[in-house]
Amino acid sequence: MMEYPIISLLLVIPLFGAIIVALIDGKNEKAIRWFALSVSLVEFVVSIPLYFYFDPNKGFQFVEKYPWIKSWGAWYHVGIDGISLFLVLLTTFLTTLSILASWTIEKRVKEYMIAFLFLETTMIGVFVALDFLLFYLFWELLLIPMFLLIGVWGGPRRVYAAIKFFLYTMAGSVLMLGAIIYLYWNHYKLTGDLSFDIFDIYRTSLPPSVIPYLFFAFAVSFAIKVPMWPFHTWLPDAHVEAPTAGSVILAGILLKMGTYGFMRFCMPLFPQAVGEYSYLFLTLSVIGIIYGALVALVQEDIKKLVAYSSVSHLGTCMLGLFALTPESVSGSLLQMINHGISTGALFLLVGMIYDRRHTRLISEYGGIAKVMPIYATFFSITAFSSCGLPGLNGFIGEFLTLLGTFKVYPLFAILGATATVFSAAYLLWMYKRVFFHEITNPENLKLKDLDFREILIMLAIVTPMFWIGLYPKPFLDKMEPAVNTFIESVKSAKNTFVVDKVVYNLEK
Amino acid sequence: MIEYAWLIPVFPLVGMTINGIFGIKYIKDKAHWVAVPALGLSWLFSILVFIDVLNGKTALIELFDWIITPDINVKVAFWIDQLTAVMLMVVTTLSFWIHVYSIGYMGHDPGYPRYFTYLNMFVFFMLILVLGSSYLLLFVGWEGVGLCSYLLIGYWYERESAWKAGMKAFITNRVGDYGFILGMFTLWYYLGTLNFNEVFAKAHTLSPEIVTIATLLLFAGATGKSAQIPLYVWLPDAMEGPTPVSALIHAATMVTAGVYMVARSNVLYSMAPLSLEVVAIIGCLTAFFAATIGTSQFDLKRVLAYSTVSQLGYMFFGCGVGAYASGIFHLMTHAFFKGLLFLSSGSVMHAMSDVLDMRLMGSLKKYMPITSFTFIIGGLALAGIPPFAGFWSKDEILHHAFTSGHITLWFLGTLTAGITAYYTFRAVFMTFFGRGRIPKVIKEHLHESPPVMTIPLIVLSIGAIFAGFVGLKKGETTYFGEFLAPVIHVVHHANEGHAKAIPESMLIALSVAVGLTGIFIAYIVHMKKLIDPNEWVKRLWFLHRVFYRKYWVDELYFALFIDRTLDLAFFSWKFDQWIIDGVVNGAAWISRAFAWITRYCTEPFIVDGAVNGASYVVDLSARVLRRVQTGLVSNYMLFVVAGTVCLLTVFMFIRLF
Repeated sequence: MMEYPIISLLLVIPLFGAIIVALIDGKNEKAIRWFALSVSLVEFVVSIPLYFYFDPNKGFQFVEKYPWIKSWGAWYHVGIDGISLFLVLLTTFLTTLSILASWTIEKRVKEYMIAFLFLETTMIGVFVALDFLLFYLFWELLLIPMFLLIGVWGGPRRVYAAIKFFLYTMAGSVLMLGAIIYLYWNHYKLTGDLSFDIFDIYRTSLPPSVIPYLFFAFAVSFAIKVPMWPFHTWLPDAHVEAPTAGSVILAGILLKMGTYGFMRFCMPLFPQAVGEYSYLFLTLSVIGIIYGALVALVQEDIKKLVAYSSVSHLGTCMLGLFALTPESVSGSLLQMINHGISTGALFLLVGMIYDRRHTRLISEYGGIAKVMPIYATFFSITAFSSCGLPGLNGFIGEFLTLLGTFKVYPLFAILGATATVFSAAYLLWMYKRVFFHEITNPENLKLKDLDFREILIMLAIVTPMFWIGLYPKPFLDKMEPAVNTFIESVKSAKNTFVVDKVVYNLEK
Repeated sequence: MIEYAWLIPVFPLVGMTINGIFGIKYIKDKAHWVAVPALGLSWLFSILVFIDVLNGKTALIELFDWIITPDINVKVAFWIDQLTAVMLMVVTTLSFWIHVYSIGYMGHDPGYPRYFTYLNMFVFFMLILVLGSSYLLLFVGWEGVGLCSYLLIGYWYERESAWKAGMKAFITNRVGDYGFILGMFTLWYYLGTLNFNEVFAKAHTLSPEIVTIATLLLFAGATGKSAQIPLYVWLPDAMEGPTPVSALIHAATMVTAGVYMVARSNVLYSMAPLSLEVVAIIGCLTAFFAATIGTSQFDLKRVLAYSTVSQLGYMFFGCGVGAYASGIFHLMTHAFFKGLLFLSSGSVMHAMSDVLDMRLMGSLKKYMPITSFTFIIGGLALAGIPPFAGFWSKDEILHHAFTSGHITLWFLGTLTAGITAYYTFRAVFMTFFGRGRIPKVIKEHLHESPPVMTIPLIVLSIGAIFAGFVGLKKGETTYFGEFLAPVIHVVHHANEGHAKAIPESMLIALSVAVGLTGIFIAYIVHMKKLIDPNEWVKRLWFLHRVFYRKYWVDELYFALFIDRTLDLAFFSWKFDQWIIDGVVNGAAWISRAFAWITRYCTEPFIVDGAVNGASYVVDLSARVLRRVQTGLVSNYMLFVVAGTVCLLTVFMFIRLF
């Protein structure tokens, strides 16, 4: 076990970094960029010991628990288990790359970097918080920098997209807040203690009649974030308008907060409802998989295509979660990381070409494999990773998820597996239209291949694709016990609906 | 030696890595110095491993854990037995010589290092496919070779037809793979494992229905990879790739992966008579169907492509009637003679400045003696004329079909043999004999290919002549069959007895006669011109049109599947924009409208309401504030920080817009 408060350190480093950036003279853009990059790099390095010191068999680790607002029973309670471990690592990893990818930002570099570092703190906060109030605080605070990133540094329709993103997620959050307050109050009523601590609340029984309402309050909030069909329409707009790094973080981390929310809160809190409504969620997931892929097929804008492919991929994650088998949940968790890496990489690549040509329309390109061979190579690796080619990361996640789902819901797995055909279709079709053919647009003849910085970014992000694809054991080993605990906690209670009712009445 | 078998795929992997990273910048036109020796080492090691296997050794080499969860355990491990050894020999021999040939053929191509990178990568994945010890690892190779096939078909990506063909190949294959994945799921569901030895050991616990479903699903994957009905459509288009690629990937090795898979799973297939029947029927129909198309094509490579589809059909036909060893035998002989035919046609292409239309050829024998000689050898083997390789294996398949009681299929197969002989020699006569119809511009440059290309041709011709002799009779079985016996689970057909009435020699005589007839027809029509082909085309215009337009299958698929999928995609997109997003935007609009109404219409009421509400609010806030005022510094800090953050955000936002 570690001696020093590593999680607090992770939360504080970017925040302090942001404060120091605020003190640097805004005209000195070079210094700001390098400083922000080094802060995120330090953060990444600090987060690495998490992996090595994490013992998969010990449940929550690196826990810090101090009273925060004593009279409310709110705690500064943070910790990491096998579920959040990789999401935290993914956050620090992608943030570093995103800052490196933001070198081309010219507008208000200072404010941009402040927002970005602040964003990193809040993202990590969401994944480590073990107290409802703390979690909610980070969850909401996170909207602010993201809103700014889209609304200020975004594309032409940035204001519409930013407001849509903000209001949509807010609407969900409000429902969740209501549910949290109810849980808090219920806990108080039954035990006489005020506590926002999630473990206290896990243990409290609920009146069966309200469970569905609470479940849906949480579920809708997280489903918007995932996004599950039909709550997904904010995503393409937000992605298209967000700056490159914003899209990377949005796809890589923010969407995972939705799936993480399901795993950490929604499903273990209301296992009875999970049993009751699993078919609804499985159906929505499968619709998302197929629908997302179909819509991606006919997009004209590369970023929109990738955005819809996210809807499809996250559908796979949700399918795996609700199938509740060890394979499907591990696969789903792995797929969350894979999606962060592969889709993050796709957005980075789109950003690189956008920096050069300032358009994302597929029809504007064609034949650029000839002028940008390195770029084309990285793009093809990423595309194949995204469409689940064995040997790369996407395959392992997708395969395990569908395999595990097949065990309990064969029909859903059969439908979900069509994604293998569709994803190849939309990615290859896009790839072909962008890279192959003869160059028809003279603008494309002048394109320069990737520079050193860009190659560095791509190498960094392609490495885990191969690693997970060829040797996923280090990842699967660390998550397995946590996955089993998660399944236990949801399954054991699945059939206790009636018992609960009795217990609840007795307690009252 | 066998314990070093894992090195066999490592060599091309290293070659591919070196060329992939340093090729374009540093190695350039010396890329073959990396790629070819790598393959040479693979070949050498394969031979050594093969010798070990001949001496009765088999091995399971476990490299490292791959996917391990409570219910599934897949290692990266290689399984080497007789079947693997045969495949290793076929793959590395063909790969090596085709690599050599490529030095000459691709010599002036600007993408030279890229070509060798892909080709090495292909061999790597193909070796993983045949070495893999589980369905999942086989699938890695399976998809990997599909990827390389995509990359190499679309190698000349500036050409529209090339990348279209590449994409078609990959996506069609994915459709088959979908079935393959579901097949793996089914096996895992009932057996809890995907490792070959465990699956086959536990197979007897499966119910017949389950085995049937699983094997049919796996076969769906095979119809994609090995270009059988209904997923064969990609293979003829795949000829857009460089010719050595057509020879290696789309004739000799990759497309036979499905046959290998079926033979590897023979334990399962033998348990499912229905699946075997399906395999036999699909195989035989594909053989016949593709052969008829082959009679009407004018593009030399396309003739060979349809012939490949047709010959792959034979291999499945063989497996389907329970003669797995014969299927693999045909796979091996076919690899030699079809690889040879493709390379020879590549040599022709090389000389003819990439012209492939046989109507513009003729009399090439004069200009290209070696190439025409090797092509004819390949043709004789393909036509099934003894003693060339194809004769032995094709005949074995037909014989097994007959003895197992598939009389209709046997008849169709024999008829196909005749058609095969016809279209093969149609191509031979049109290309190498008769009056030259070569355009003048090309004629000036006509030349025999350099030794780096002709030597591989000669080597493969030796294979095409002699490879069949391993199929010589040895008692009840053949030398080849005996070698594979430990791997193959023999099927005994109930109605075997009645077929014994006709001796095997008569069947052989019949099929040779059919082959010779085919050649004879080709001779009188296309060589002697005793019958004017054009007149027959006019008389049988309907048939010719059907064959020439390939039964309109491509058009049918477009109309039925691709266009409908796109329609659905467009519909979904519009649905997304108008309905789902419409609801979202509508909700926003309603809120705004509501806010407007509140402001202008209901304000008066609120004034009244406020009076009543005030006391309530005061009461409530007192309660809330009592909680807030705890006297703890940390709490106050929180509110200060939160408030500051909010204010800062608001200010920042106002300033920035």
